[in-house]
Amino acid sequence: MNLDLTDEQRLLRGSARDLLAGRGTIAAAREAITDPTKLPDLWSVAGEMGWAGLLVSEDHDGVGLSAFDAMLVFTELGRVLASVPLLGHLTASVLADRADGALAAVLADGTRRAAFVAARPPGDVVDGWTVERETGTGRVPAPVLAADGTLTGATAWVPDAPGADVLIVAATREDGSPVVVVVEAGDASVREERTYDATRSVGHLTFDHSSARELDGLGAGDLAGAWYLAQSLLAAEALGAVETALEMAVTYAKDRMTFGRQIGSYQAVKHQLVDVLKARENAYSLIVYAGLAHQDLPEELALAASAARAGAGKALDLASRTCIAVHGGIGATWEHDAPLIFRRAQISRRLLGGTDDATDRVAERVLAGATT
Amino acid sequence: MNLDYTPEQLAYREEVRAWVDANRADAPALHGQWTDTAWIAGRRAWQGALADGGYAGVTWPQEWGGQGRSPVDQVIVDEELVRGGVPNILDYIGLGMLGPCIMAHGTSEQKQRYIGPMLHGDEIWCQMFSEPAAGSDLAALRTSAKAQDDGTFVLDGQKVWTTNAQFAEFGLCLARTNPDVVKHKGLTMFVVPMDTPGVSVVGLEQISGDAEFNEVFLDGVVLGPEHVVGEVDGGWACALTVLMNERLSIGRDVTGFRMDVDRFPPPIAADAHARRDPEVRHRLGDASVDLLAVRFNGLRALTALQQGQVPGPEAGLAKLTMVEAATRAADLVVDVLGPSALDPTSEWYHVVSYLPGFRSAGGTAEIVRNTVGDRVLGLPPEPRSDKGVPFSQTRSDGAVEAR
Repeated sequence: MNLDLTDEQRLLRGSARDLLAGRGTIAAAREAITDPTKLPDLWSVAGEMGWAGLLVSEDHDGVGLSAFDAMLVFTELGRVLASVPLLGHLTASVLADRADGALAAVLADGTRRAAFVAARPPGDVVDGWTVERETGTGRVPAPVLAADGTLTGATAWVPDAPGADVLIVAATREDGSPVVVVVEAGDASVREERTYDATRSVGHLTFDHSSARELDGLGAGDLAGAWYLAQSLLAAEALGAVETALEMAVTYAKDRMTFGRQIGSYQAVKHQLVDVLKARENAYSLIVYAGLAHQDLPEELALAASAARAGAGKALDLASRTCIAVHGGIGATWEHDAPLIFRRAQISRRLLGGTDDATDRVAERVLAGATT
Repeated sequence: MNLDYTPEQLAYREEVRAWVDANRADAPALHGQWTDTAWIAGRRAWQGALADGGYAGVTWPQEWGGQGRSPVDQVIVDEELVRGGVPNILDYIGLGMLGPCIMAHGTSEQKQRYIGPMLHGDEIWCQMFSEPAAGSDLAALRTSAKAQDDGTFVLDGQKVWTTNAQFAEFGLCLARTNPDVVKHKGLTMFVVPMDTPGVSVVGLEQISGDAEFNEVFLDGVVLGPEHVVGEVDGGWACALTVLMNERLSIGRDVTGFRMDVDRFPPPIAADAHARRDPEVRHRLGDASVDLLAVRFNGLRALTALQQGQVPGPEAGLAKLTMVEAATRAADLVVDVLGPSALDPTSEWYHVVSYLPGFRSAGGTAEIVRNTVGDRVLGLPPEPRSDKGVPFSQTRSDGAVEAR
């Protein structure tokens, strides 16, 4: 038994951290609120670093690393609020890798950029594959692939869809059975949504008899795996932002004086910061669990990835609010970086089912485990 | 990264499992009343059987009758005992914390005299540290040990939260030998035979009505110098060894009070309405996320232990999460089952009754947060008005007069 990182994983993490340092991503996150063109282009960097092909097998010119390795990179991206459309691309690339080597290869080197248009796997209460609507809590059926090979339907709040060259879509056939299809971005309507978190690229997709190509041999297991990979990556990304928020708040608490002493010496402040550390430790433990599940425990993947998503989401909510609170009023102004983490938290918790849906999935899995 | 066991560990598990199967008939009931002398006698004998089998003191050095095995092997033993539905050792406080302190600080005579009988459950130990006015601030304890001209010490005072004192043969007792220095520099560790004249033990009934803890009164208890562990006035170092070993045992389930993520879903799963109720599911999912984190916090800590690292104070955070999440989960289970789940015959009666006190066991949630804040996050400590002040100049309630 060993839950430590390997030397290779430490290297991967270290190189990602080094590469992202000094790129001004956090300052850009602020400027982009008013001017989205201020975001640095990190896609070429992702290509050079091999991140675009991180999860594509070596047979298809990828790097062939594990889901947990990708999660380590995502934690570093989250740490500096980097805006790079890897969430959609990596999840899509895994599906391409299993069914279409030529597509996987062009995704691996970053010459084409993909986005995964996810659907929530069926559960014990809601049957069928469902996707987000633009407003409201209800979910709607995933787009449908007609017998004539065209795709019709809509999926809202799709991460990294704007600017993608190709969409890999979780859809169903007319009989409700799941299917994975490839749609050229030009064959779909992609409406970009500028969100509260300017670093997060999100789009609303509409397919109206869009030309679609089925990826043969892929089924429910692959689509569910991609959904839980996305949950895991969001969790890992949240962890990085939690660590930045905690570090920022601890530094300030050691520095700022009131009534003749540092505010971090007051239990009322100290205990809040310790609670963020506690949430961080819990989130990291769950991310390790999700990494193990991707690798060795397929029957626990739904539980582990959902728990990681929910745990890291909770941690980010707490960390971003605590960071602002510890800083006092200044923490809630544009002068400060704390609101940027808060903006990140506000959008992240609502993507791909949101942390509440992940929490419900955890309940479903532990109840199922208690029944058998 | 893996959860795999080595072939040696797998073989060890088989060996433990076979031993449990062969000896199960001799095991006492898993749970009982802490005041039930027959059950306690059974638990002592069972600890002896475990020791003879090599399953007590698994990580202890072989020199002292232990097996010199790794923390993972200890976990394997713990898991197999749980799986077999049989109790673990009775004296987890002695074997987990007090024995290692005597090994580290005791004289060779003390080690020869005490360690063997402790291991076999022939002599049970209790930890006499906390007092009514000294818990989180342990070094403020007031039990005095006055040195006499004949070399003996006379102990007067009161201890509390003393688990197992009602049947223990010995206590490891921290007392004040020198009040005229700062509080943690005037303490000495003593071995107290519990049948010494002047020692009296009174059970402390908890919410459930069971008395797991005791108050121990020390009234003119005379102890010879051979009862001192470590140096006179050097008791704080011994206490720190005990507390460090307490951290090593975090994550081990030796009390049978299993607060694992698997414990709470079954009664909800059995209720067809509750298991589809969105609010019930949200509460269960939320608590389960944290309880899963606790499970993997434990495995991460085990990885560190295996590599020879000593757990830091952050280990206490997992206990905070566990108590908070188990409290939410237990409340939910009783909400689903209804008030009858609080009948003393229900397992939930014990779980619900246990958790409020457990929050403060081994350190209150507040002192854990202080320690982690200071030592892990590096935050400045809160000013202490008794810092640098000789203990005798503090008031009887521990306060320091304004200077």
